[in-house]
Amino acid sequence: MTTPTEAAPAAPAAPKPIRLAPIVTPDAKDFWEAADREEFIGEKCSDCDKFRFPPRPMCPFCHSLKREYVKLSGYGTVHSWTVPRHPPPFGFREAPIVAVIELQEGTRFVSNVVGVKIEDVKQNMEVEVLFEATMGNHKVPVFKPRTK
Amino acid sequence: MARTFKEAAIAGIGATEFSKESGRTELQLAAECSLAACQDAGVDPRDIDGMITFTIDNSDEITLARCLGVKDLAYTARIPGGGAAAAATIFQAMALVNAGVCKNVLIWRAMNERSQYRFGQNPNNTAGYSGGHGTGTLLWNIPFGAMTPASWGALQAQRYMWKYGLTNADLAHVCVQQRKYAATNPKAWFYQKPITVEDHQASKWIMEPVLRLLDCCQESDGGVAFLVTSLERARDLKQPPVQILGACQSIPFNVEVIANFHHEDMTVMPEAQGTAKRLYEMTGLGPKDMQAAMLYDAFSPHVLLQLEAFGFCKPGEGAGFVKSGGMAIDGATPTNTHGGLAGEAYIHGMNSMAEGVRQIRGTSVNQVTKNTVNNVLVSSGMAGAILAKV
Repeated sequence: MTTPTEAAPAAPAAPKPIRLAPIVTPDAKDFWEAADREEFIGEKCSDCDKFRFPPRPMCPFCHSLKREYVKLSGYGTVHSWTVPRHPPPFGFREAPIVAVIELQEGTRFVSNVVGVKIEDVKQNMEVEVLFEATMGNHKVPVFKPRTK
Repeated sequence: MARTFKEAAIAGIGATEFSKESGRTELQLAAECSLAACQDAGVDPRDIDGMITFTIDNSDEITLARCLGVKDLAYTARIPGGGAAAAATIFQAMALVNAGVCKNVLIWRAMNERSQYRFGQNPNNTAGYSGGHGTGTLLWNIPFGAMTPASWGALQAQRYMWKYGLTNADLAHVCVQQRKYAATNPKAWFYQKPITVEDHQASKWIMEPVLRLLDCCQESDGGVAFLVTSLERARDLKQPPVQILGACQSIPFNVEVIANFHHEDMTVMPEAQGTAKRLYEMTGLGPKDMQAAMLYDAFSPHVLLQLEAFGFCKPGEGAGFVKSGGMAIDGATPTNTHGGLAGEAYIHGMNSMAEGVRQIRGTSVNQVTKNTVNNVLVSSGMAGAILAKV
């Protein structure tokens, strides 16, 4: 695991992030680097224009190796969700809401729903992306109820 | 001499005791259960010429072969996908025997998956999230707190439960039935420990509001092995042969072990649907021809999904089927009659397949008697087999 490398922030000190940093494989590097810049990107085939996730070097639809990373709308719906109670997952002070988010672009992404009480989570509720800090100075996309 | 197609059969099964602390190494468990399978068959372990296990089994095949004194190994293989590999080992052994390249194929799986490490806990070493372990995209879930099989299983099951209006209470009947079977199985960890629906509902949340403790399989220490040979040869061995009538793998596009998050329909188990299609085509049989089923029960909703995928009931009717006694000993499809991975032990699906063999032999402690057991379906989702009486 990465060690936190942040310099001490100016007062008042925000609690240090305890969320685990993403595991960055070579094929996922562009995605996570964009997340660090608070950009939520998707991998799209340059020939047939179809999105795919997780990132991979070849388009499964037309086998093109040409690909581009484009900024996604950041909108999606809660396709499926749960709250891990036991064991308490690493990286959280309170139990998170884990969800499979169905993105507007058609791919799905496992993330958290934040800013909503567990009893208020609804199937297919609309959500939008935001970013939360992790250990090691990284950021990861999470989702909150859609505001606009 | 030219190779010829041969029918394959399971000639021997072997197991250690199932516990929470075996007190010996995984290699020793592997050696003990392998020897037991050979002795059950009446085959000299030195004559093993093929060895198959899971990618994540920690025992080295050469080291195990050195324990058993294997003289001349002709084939080794490992199968990816965690527990999904279980029935795929039978498939590979069948294919090797069919092709005439092996005579005595040993299948083993042995682990101290309680005393030495625990699949149900958060991983301490995420370097384990690598290819071939059935965790290809699961590494994406780690920063979000989905780090156990239960979390992935719950994410999949929740959409299914929502679609059909099921709550956690509807899963209780699967768990109660399996523990009822375990209660009369002296080899089961939960021997003489049945549960009620109320016990189920009082058990703590693992993944709220989907899975409680009693919806989850155990964590166990132990080993299970099989000896597969030709049907012709099996007829001359110690036990009545159990024919492998058909066996297959099925991994449809965008399907991943216990985490079909990227498959278009999360309310079905496409890998089990694919396994069902292949098995039924291969054998000409259908769900009504099965007198029992052994379905991989990592978590209770996946029993329902498999009952539906294999056609024992219609989509969305799994919970009702079980509640009305469908998987009971006198039900339409007696299922997981050893108690399942939740009731007997979690030896990664292998102990469930051994129960399939016992049902065909007529030696289960919970033997199905309302019909002669001619065919048993065994499933580990991405793979399956139909075992048959000869």
